[in-house]
Amino acid sequence: MSIEETISRRTGSGKNDLSVPPLTEDDLLEMYRTMVLSRTLDERVWLLNRQGKAAIVASAQGHEGAQVGAVKASDPSRDHYLIYYRELCTMMALGVTPTEMLLGFLAKEGEPMSSARQFPLHGSMDRVDIVSFSNVVATQLPHAVGFALADQMRGIDAVTIAYFGDGAASMGDTHESMNFAGIHKLPVVFFCENNRYAISVPLSKQMAIDSVADRAEGYGMPGVTVDGMDPVAVYEAMYLAIANARNGGGPTLVEARVERFYPHTSDDDHTRYRSADDIETMTQRDPIEIMEQLLVSRDLLGEARKEQIWDSATRIVNEATQAAEDAPLPQPTGDNDIYKHLYADSNGN
Amino acid sequence: MATKTVIEAVRDAMHEEMSRDQNVLIMGEDIAERGGVFLATDGFIDDFGSARVIDTPLAESSIVGIALGAAVNGLRPIAEIEFADFVWPAMNQIVGEASKVRYGTAGKKYAPMVVRMPYGGGVRGGLYHSQSIDVVFAHQPGLQVVAPATPYDAKGLLKSAIRSNDPVIFLEHKRTYRLVRGEVPDQEYTLPIGVADVKREGSDLTVVAYGLMVHYCLEAANMVAESDGIDAEIVDLRTLSPLDRETILKSVRKTSKALVVQEDSLSYGIGAEVAASIATGAFEDLDAPVARLAGPDLPEMPFSPALEAEYMLSPEKIAAAIRDLAAY
Repeated sequence: MSIEETISRRTGSGKNDLSVPPLTEDDLLEMYRTMVLSRTLDERVWLLNRQGKAAIVASAQGHEGAQVGAVKASDPSRDHYLIYYRELCTMMALGVTPTEMLLGFLAKEGEPMSSARQFPLHGSMDRVDIVSFSNVVATQLPHAVGFALADQMRGIDAVTIAYFGDGAASMGDTHESMNFAGIHKLPVVFFCENNRYAISVPLSKQMAIDSVADRAEGYGMPGVTVDGMDPVAVYEAMYLAIANARNGGGPTLVEARVERFYPHTSDDDHTRYRSADDIETMTQRDPIEIMEQLLVSRDLLGEARKEQIWDSATRIVNEATQAAEDAPLPQPTGDNDIYKHLYADSNGN
Repeated sequence: MATKTVIEAVRDAMHEEMSRDQNVLIMGEDIAERGGVFLATDGFIDDFGSARVIDTPLAESSIVGIALGAAVNGLRPIAEIEFADFVWPAMNQIVGEASKVRYGTAGKKYAPMVVRMPYGGGVRGGLYHSQSIDVVFAHQPGLQVVAPATPYDAKGLLKSAIRSNDPVIFLEHKRTYRLVRGEVPDQEYTLPIGVADVKREGSDLTVVAYGLMVHYCLEAANMVAESDGIDAEIVDLRTLSPLDRETILKSVRKTSKALVVQEDSLSYGIGAEVAASIATGAFEDLDAPVARLAGPDLPEMPFSPALEAEYMLSPEKIAAAIRDLAAY
């Protein structure tokens, strides 16, 4: 069954209402640039980690296609993004700058999400509603459902995207959240980036079934599995899910099958638990190469333009690295007083 | 002035705030058609509708976690935990998440939410309907923990809790619900969180308590006044966190002796914090070591009546502790 049929059958919405607008040439090139920038920045962060400057990295490499496709399907001017820690490319696609990201990885003054109180990618953004309170997996799923409940109650047509991995799929909060969202037909999309490993534990030891999306049936919502290495396929699936949620059709569980090219974090070594074969085959498909092939097939990308895009990304990341390295570390006084923001002040702020 | 029970005061506070602010909603188990197991939300479903009075599945973690998300996205949810004994599955969403929203976003996001729960024993509740869970929350910075004893305090503090821009754990001693009556003004009022109240003025010694124990202490004070001429001052904490150390110290500086009474088990309790605060802030005023009277260090109070009574504090046990301290 097609994704359109799955969503319209489950929700009773007319299939014609759920057509996906095709991506323009500009869209495709923008998505490619974002993925290249994310990959370049990701590589740089690993370098900074090995130099002892970035305390921890959770790489998004291998997830970029899923992340850029999902954001493209959403509306950053009104939607909510409840992300988790492996969302570097999501952040890039939502307009967070490489300098802002690196201020986070280096825990420097001016970091926009938590003023460098938290790990990178944690806290919240002002320009677009990116929220990631916690480092504990699946805690964001009930929060996302609460966001959607508040929008539904007030008639606001925003959609909340709850990002999580296959590891988080095992948590009780995941079950409770999907159950509640299904009951109340809330405008939330559960977006699972399934990279087959919860740190070291393989999917076969996480669940007795093959697909996280198969659970959707039990929550009365459509569940679809999509090739997460293909940005356009993810865009199409997420567009349908988001449009359906915005139109009152309720939640969808979208599972993007991706690969985790690097170990869980910079403190992990995946050669301890992944076979040499597995490690070699997982990188044979790369979302950036899949996007390149699409662009080439549509005469949108030649060698010169490709080189220009990669060079440009390197230049941007070089400048961002310099800016972040030059920035001071926050000192525990004034705005960075560690006792600030425990409770509201006397004005309630 | 009208005379109300504690449960009526709780109900009135929520009803007034839900009438006043469209963004206030309540979610929990059995709260809609049933009106709550203690009838705290009796009739709410008719007055406010199912969008704002939400019967949830039996799933405490998501009751709190969904309330938290709704709070951050502009609502003022009240999450009801049916019995405090059932709150443990929600501990991560309360301690791990709600307490850190403002701090972890450096003030950009905040969670104006209340988690209400009936707690405490002396109701033949056994191990799983008697628990005192107070100290676990009071230990966590970022939370406010309120534990009123009277209808007047319950109403005024719950209204403030609903209006607060940070999470409040609101503890309602279930034995006080229908046992304790008191006068409540007809006109609107609120009471500030974080301010203790002297419930009985006295000159010989200070007794610090909260919740049901305030009433037991007042009874005990009357007993020792009559039998021994001891004049005890009773300080009702009302809020466990932030703790109103000033009111405690002011009283102890006057009386020079202090007893802290808590229903909860002894070790690492509220009493330890109060005793340490007195030792630090009023050491030179003390004529006796700070005394503590508490539940025993056992997992919970037993079910059978004589066993429960052995565990539970009583006015008589408190009176004995007051006499001991007065004699020091």
